[in-house]
Formats: sequence, C-alpha cells, structure tokens
Amino acid sequence: MSALHISASINGDPTEFLCEPDETLLDVLRDRLNLTGTKEGCGTGDCGACSVTVDGRLVCACLVLGAEAQGRNIETIEGLAGDELHPLQKKFLEHAALQCGICTPGFLVAAKSLLEKNNNPTEEEVRYWLAGNLCRCTGYDKIIRAVMETAEDMRRGNHAT
Amino acid sequence: MRFEAPETIEAAVALLAGEKGIARPLSGGTDLLVQMRSGRVEPDLIVDIKRIASTRTITREGGGYRIGAAVSGEELGEHPTLPQDWPGIVEAAHLVGSTQVAGRATLAGNLCNASPAADTVPAMVAAGATVRVVGPDGTRDVKASAIPVGVGKNSLEPGEFVESIFLPERAAGSSDAYLRFIPRTEMDIAVVGVGVSVTRDPDGTVTDARVALGAVAPTVVRVEDAEDAITGTKLDDDALAKLAAACEAACSPIDDKRGTVAFRTEVAGVLAKRAIQTAYERAAQ
Ligand SMILES: Cc1cc2nc3c(=O)[nH]c(=O)nc-3n(C[C@H](O)[C@H](O)[C@H](O)COP(=O)(O)OP(=O)(O)OC[C@H]3O[C@@H](n4cnc5c(N)ncnc54)[C@H](O)[C@@H]3O)c2cc1C
Ligand code: FES
Ligand code: FES
Repeated sequence: MSALHISASINGDPTEFLCEPDETLLDVLRDRLNLTGTKEGCGTGDCGACSVTVDGRLVCACLVLGAEAQGRNIETIEGLAGDELHPLQKKFLEHAALQCGICTPGFLVAAKSLLEKNNNPTEEEVRYWLAGNLCRCTGYDKIIRAVMETAEDMRRGNHAT
Repeated sequence: MRFEAPETIEAAVALLAGEKGIARPLSGGTDLLVQMRSGRVEPDLIVDIKRIASTRTITREGGGYRIGAAVSGEELGEHPTLPQDWPGIVEAAHLVGSTQVAGRATLAGNLCNASPAADTVPAMVAAGATVRVVGPDGTRDVKASAIPVGVGKNSLEPGEFVESIFLPERAAGSSDAYLRFIPRTEMDIAVVGVGVSVTRDPDGTVTDARVALGAVAPTVVRVEDAEDAITGTKLDDDALAKLAAACEAACSPIDDKRGTVAFRTEVAGVLAKRAIQTAYERAAQ
C-alpha cells in the first residue's frame, strides 16, 4: 500500500497528513494527529464515541476513511472550547453528566450539532438525536437534562455558542 | 488496497471495470467499512463516488425526484418538498442507524448491500422507484426490486454502479409509509419491515396500491395479492384482513433469536395493516 497525501481543515486549521488507503479518519485523528479527544468505543458505528462533523454533518469518524477527508472541514471535540469552555461543556460539569468520560466527547459533538440545527428540541428529539451515543455510566438522564438546559439558555441568549 | 475518488462517471466506470481484483464502490461507507474491519470483504480497490457531482444532488425530473446515489438519509429529510411527497421513503431512511449513520448512509448503499432487512428497500419497491445503473456498456434504468438478488448479492455487473434513484411523479391523493418491528426503539435491525404506497380517489376508494415486505425472505417481497385485496375498497375491516392474510402467506422468514417464523409472519400482517392505514390517511391530506 502506498500512503496518500491528504489536505483538510481540522478545527479551522489547514492540516496535511499521510494515511493508508484503508485507514479510518478516527485512526488518522488519534494516531497521526494526536487529537485523542475523539474516542474509539466500537469501531463499527454503534457507540458514537468517535462523533465528529465533516462539512458540518455529524458522522462517526470510524466509518469515514481518512482519504475521504481531502478538502473537507472536520470539526472535533478539540475545537469545541474557545478561551472558555463551551456552554454544553459547562452544563455537563454542572449536572455531573459524565462519570468515566469516555463517551463525553461524542455526546458533546453530537449535542452541539443538534443545537445548531434546532435550539428548541423536545426531550424526545434530544433522545432520538443522541440515540447513537452510548453511555455505560450515567444512565443518560443527566446528559439529556444538560442538553435541554443548554438549549434553554441559548434561546434566552445567555451566551453565544 | 487502492483508494480513488474520481470526479466523472466515465472515470469511475473505467476504474471499477479495470480492476482485476475486488473492486467496491463507496457511498456512505456505513456497511462497507464495517465489513472491511471484520474481514468479510477485502477490496483491492475502493472507488469513492461522492466527488461525482450528479451523485450528490436531488433534482426534480418531470414531477418526480432524481436522488443521487451519494445523498444521505439526513439530506433526504432536509429537502424542502420530498418529505411531503414521499414520507415513507424519508421515514425508512431515518430509521437507518443513528443520526451519525443516517448522515452518511444512502439509499443506493442500502439497496446494493442487499441485506434482507434493509429498511429503505421495501419503501423503494412500494414507491415504484427505478435505479439508474452506469457501466462499461452505458446506462440502464432498472426497477429497485431487480438490484438485490440474494442475501448480500446484487445484480450489478463488474464495472457497474448506481448513479441515482428515481422516485416517480405522485398522482393526486397518493402517499406512502414504512413501518418496521425491532425489539427496542432505536438502533436495531428489522425483524419485519413493511413499505406501502397508496392512491385514493376523492371519495376514499383505493385506486392503486403497492405493498412490499422486508426481512421475511432472502430478498424484498412485493405482495400483489395484498394490493389486489384493498384496491377498489375503502379499507374496510374485511379488506384489511385480506391484506394481512396475503402478507402472511407471502412470508418465508428465518427463525432466529430475534423472531420466530410464526412471530415474523404474524407481525408482517399486523404492520401491513397499520402501514396502509397511515399511508391512506396521509393520502387524504
Ligand atoms: C450502527 C449501524 C446501524 C445500522 N442500522 C441500520 C438500519 O437500522 N437499517 C438498515 O437498513 N441498515 C442499517 N445499517 C446498515 C447501513 O447503514 C445501510 O445499509 C446503509 O444504507 C448503507 O449505505 P452506505 O451508503 O453507507 O453504503 P456503503 O457502505 O457505501 O456501501 C454498501 C455496499 O453497497 C455498495 N455500494 C455503495 N454505493 C454503491 C453504488 N452507488 N453503486 C453500487 N454499489 C454501491 C458497496 O460497495 C457496498 O458493497 C446500519 C449500519 C450501522 C453501522
Ligand atoms: S467508535 Fe465509532 S461509533 Fe463506536
Ligand atoms: S460516562 Fe462512562 S460511558 Fe458515559
């Protein structure tokens, strides 16, 4: 196999990397670019720990080839916080919406993508949107409450996202 | 393995046809990457079709819709008019996996992967969808039902791939619906799936119907006896009972931990009744 030379934007930074044709975007992020915030739970699309956006679309990085990233805009958990934590991150802390934390980056990236589309989701909509993100620890309730409250704050204009 | 992402149909066909080993088109990758990881398929060449412009768009053609092979389920749901015209297709596409999976998964991949439980396939067969296949011998349009030919087997020749899927123009008073049974509420594989499409005249009489079942046989099953049982009726109890009986008779499912033969057969009839009633109500609006 010969490595491919790929250029993409990752969290707004122009980035170049080499990857094998069968290497996933998840492996590229973690093993080549040291962006280890994106987690691997299953590698088969079932757990959502590897959630990222590609050109604004929420996907599992384990089901995207690194080579497909050519020319695309990739956003990962590392791009979430600015100088301050993102409102979702603050709410997750406030609600103790995490325990071991391995699912948390995936939930945050997925929840951000929902709130960008719809800042007034019903609880049912939040639960369906996040159904592909598995959490072994929290029982989901605190996560759902954190997302609902962030949405409410956003609607009140309490902070910019 | 090689990876190519050509920008034209001609280049993609030349790559696929020229490969002596195993060549695979790539749309959303939600089946292909899982199969590569498990070692079930070891391609020598992957041809990503997503850089071909015509695979990325939904365009109106006559009164119908031409859906590029790389359009994801989420994109179908975001279209301004398609969800009103073909709610059954869109609900089937949304049932495919999670938000993340539906953000990549395509109708074309679901069809070509040829899983008996594929959710969008009964919906496409009920819709009378046609599939545009491109290949070394040019372009051909075939019925969606002609693509899957066995468990994991499709009818495409070497060098061929699906460029787009066409949903025909809707007659007035028409709609569709898709329902599946799974043991939980999300993220599972259909034990039974039912796609239906119906047209009713202004007084409520069914003038045309299509019924297709998934996960009850090696490939999707269109049930013409069920269609005949309700055509000319107003979906009275007798017509619905006949529809259910015809669907049950068309089942030859497997027996496994997710559903016995008897269970799958009974559920096929129950879901067919519910799906046709949903489509019939939608068609009145
Ligand atoms: C977590 C998870 C949950 C899932 N849940 C469901 C579910 O609920 N219901 C369901 O039906 N499926 C489900 N799937 C399976 C899968 O998502 C669907 O079958 C999907 O529609 C496949 O589309 P794709 O574009 O990703 O296909 P790909 O993976 O790109 O391709 C699938 C197959 O078709 C071939 N192919 C792809 N595009 C073309 C083309 N244009 N022309 C010719 N051949 C082509 C490929 O070579 C490959 O063999 C799930 C998958 C995952 C990972
Ligand atoms: S690691 Fe990608 S979904 Fe689990
Ligand atoms: S906090 Fe441990 S898996 Fe979610």
